[in-house]
Amino acid sequence: MSDIFEVRWHGRGGQGAKTAALLFGDAIMSTGKYFQAFPEYGPERMGAPVQAFNRSSAEPITMHCGIKEPKVVVILDPTLMETQPVTEGLKADGIILVNTNASADSLRQKLKLKNQKICTVDASGISRELLGKELPNTPMLGALVRVTDVIGIDDLIKFVEKTLGKKFKGKPEVIKGNIDSIRRAYNEVKVTDGGGK
Amino acid sequence: MPRRALTGNEAMAEAMRQINPDVVAAYPITPATEIVQIFASFVSDGLVTTQFIPTESEHSAISACVGASAAGARVMTGTSSQGLALMHEVLYQAAGLRAPIVICEVNRSLSAPINIHCDHSDTMGSKEAGWIQIYAEDSQDAYDSVIQAIRIAETVFLPTMVSTDGFIISHCMQGVEILEDKQVQDFIGPHRSAYSLFGGAPITVGPLDLQDYYFEHRRQLMEAMNTSLTTLDAVNKEFKQKFGRGYDIIEEYKTEDADHIVMAMGSTCGTAKVAIDKMRAKGVKVGLIKLHVFRPFPHEQLKKALSKAKFVTVLDRSDTASSMGGPIFVETRAALYDQMPKILFADYIYGLGGRDIDIEEIATVIEKGEKMKLQGKVEKPLDYIGLRE
Repeated sequence: MSDIFEVRWHGRGGQGAKTAALLFGDAIMSTGKYFQAFPEYGPERMGAPVQAFNRSSAEPITMHCGIKEPKVVVILDPTLMETQPVTEGLKADGIILVNTNASADSLRQKLKLKNQKICTVDASGISRELLGKELPNTPMLGALVRVTDVIGIDDLIKFVEKTLGKKFKGKPEVIKGNIDSIRRAYNEVKVTDGGGK
Repeated sequence: MPRRALTGNEAMAEAMRQINPDVVAAYPITPATEIVQIFASFVSDGLVTTQFIPTESEHSAISACVGASAAGARVMTGTSSQGLALMHEVLYQAAGLRAPIVICEVNRSLSAPINIHCDHSDTMGSKEAGWIQIYAEDSQDAYDSVIQAIRIAETVFLPTMVSTDGFIISHCMQGVEILEDKQVQDFIGPHRSAYSLFGGAPITVGPLDLQDYYFEHRRQLMEAMNTSLTTLDAVNKEFKQKFGRGYDIIEEYKTEDADHIVMAMGSTCGTAKVAIDKMRAKGVKVGLIKLHVFRPFPHEQLKKALSKAKFVTVLDRSDTASSMGGPIFVETRAALYDQMPKILFADYIYGLGGRDIDIEEIATVIEKGEKMKLQGKVEKPLDYIGLRE
């Protein structure tokens, strides 16, 4: 039970939090591990705050309760930090990954975080530049892989190439854009360890 | 065997694709909508040869299913909650006409107040209809059980519903081992029905049956229900032997030396297994019985499995409105009556309308049960988990 790794995604309806969780889960499975991926159960509304979740383990996962104390919180839309309890239950040695340009120090103050690792990346900027639209979820996957050790970047890229390869057969530029944005976020994510550690 | 990332709904739809039923008649309802929606895309993509009938209500959907089944077709549908409730009168007709229809059901609460989340009230509302009821723990279980259900229904000529917990399983993605299409077709074999409107000699289906024979026909239905346990067991054994996994009518988890048994159905069983491991690490001899089949009620199996138990903690995800507790509690106690008062029972209603149940909460009621076991007395036979009032 202790080796189950849990992630909570925060986004807005339409931003791809659920899709990211499903992709991440599927990518975990491609490495031979077990996973769960599930959205916050409720009606889907464009723009409304939504959550999605991941579990990962080397062993089969039987529990089906909600995730209350995630190891990692991923925030796709930084404005959610103003209104949503995004740090609720985050483990004391947890990781928070935010799509933002803001500094780790300002986030630590704003979110009243203690020892948790704060990771930031401008996923929106990357997606606008490389995908031509606001789609922070794919680059955030690259950043997530960098700041955790659930799967390797090569595993993720191999998986995304295969999955998008099927879906966007006639559009190689879409596949390339996604892969580039994953690599870019992987390389650009800034990691700041908590004080006192 | 290849594993694919599928939600409960996707897994059920995939099983339906591989079964390739002759007719699917359906009406959408949350959280089961995707099952039929995905299946409809299989139809339009030409991946199945099914006649798909989109109807104007669930009452019409199941009515079309009964008609198609009487015509000798292999028939399936999907529904949930209010949809199953709207099917109610026709569910009895399907059973009485011995139509081997299979429903992919997703457990959801019943209105009012309106709620789209999981509890078992919907299928419990039709537990007396003469349908076999199978409760899947996860997506893999749902996929495998839907395939088995075709064989079971068409062997004993009883309609069968396989259900998953709404959202918790229907919308949770996990790795699911998928059989090859041919393996599924070979396992289910050609469609079998008790009769067909197009079977040769003209027949009448569903005529008036008054004081002369109605009684016999209903008793025979109950007899078919009783004997179907043998078929359920045999089909599962064959599935296990061929594909290496299966689901016993009652699954016993760490019960060998246990004098305290937790009973549950559906996705909670998986969570309960973790709670049992946790309590066992503290030296508590507790085990789990997962009721995989609720209809027919496996009373003989339960008598045997609970013969060494001193205390039984029942987790019910619905109530009977009888003030006697939930359906698992009421029926298990009735089955064990001859063995009482040696066994103490406590029932907990939990998770109505999708209220989460976690490992700690289950561990807490196990601890409470241990205390009552030592005291030899049950203070509160009916209590609640996670209730806020």
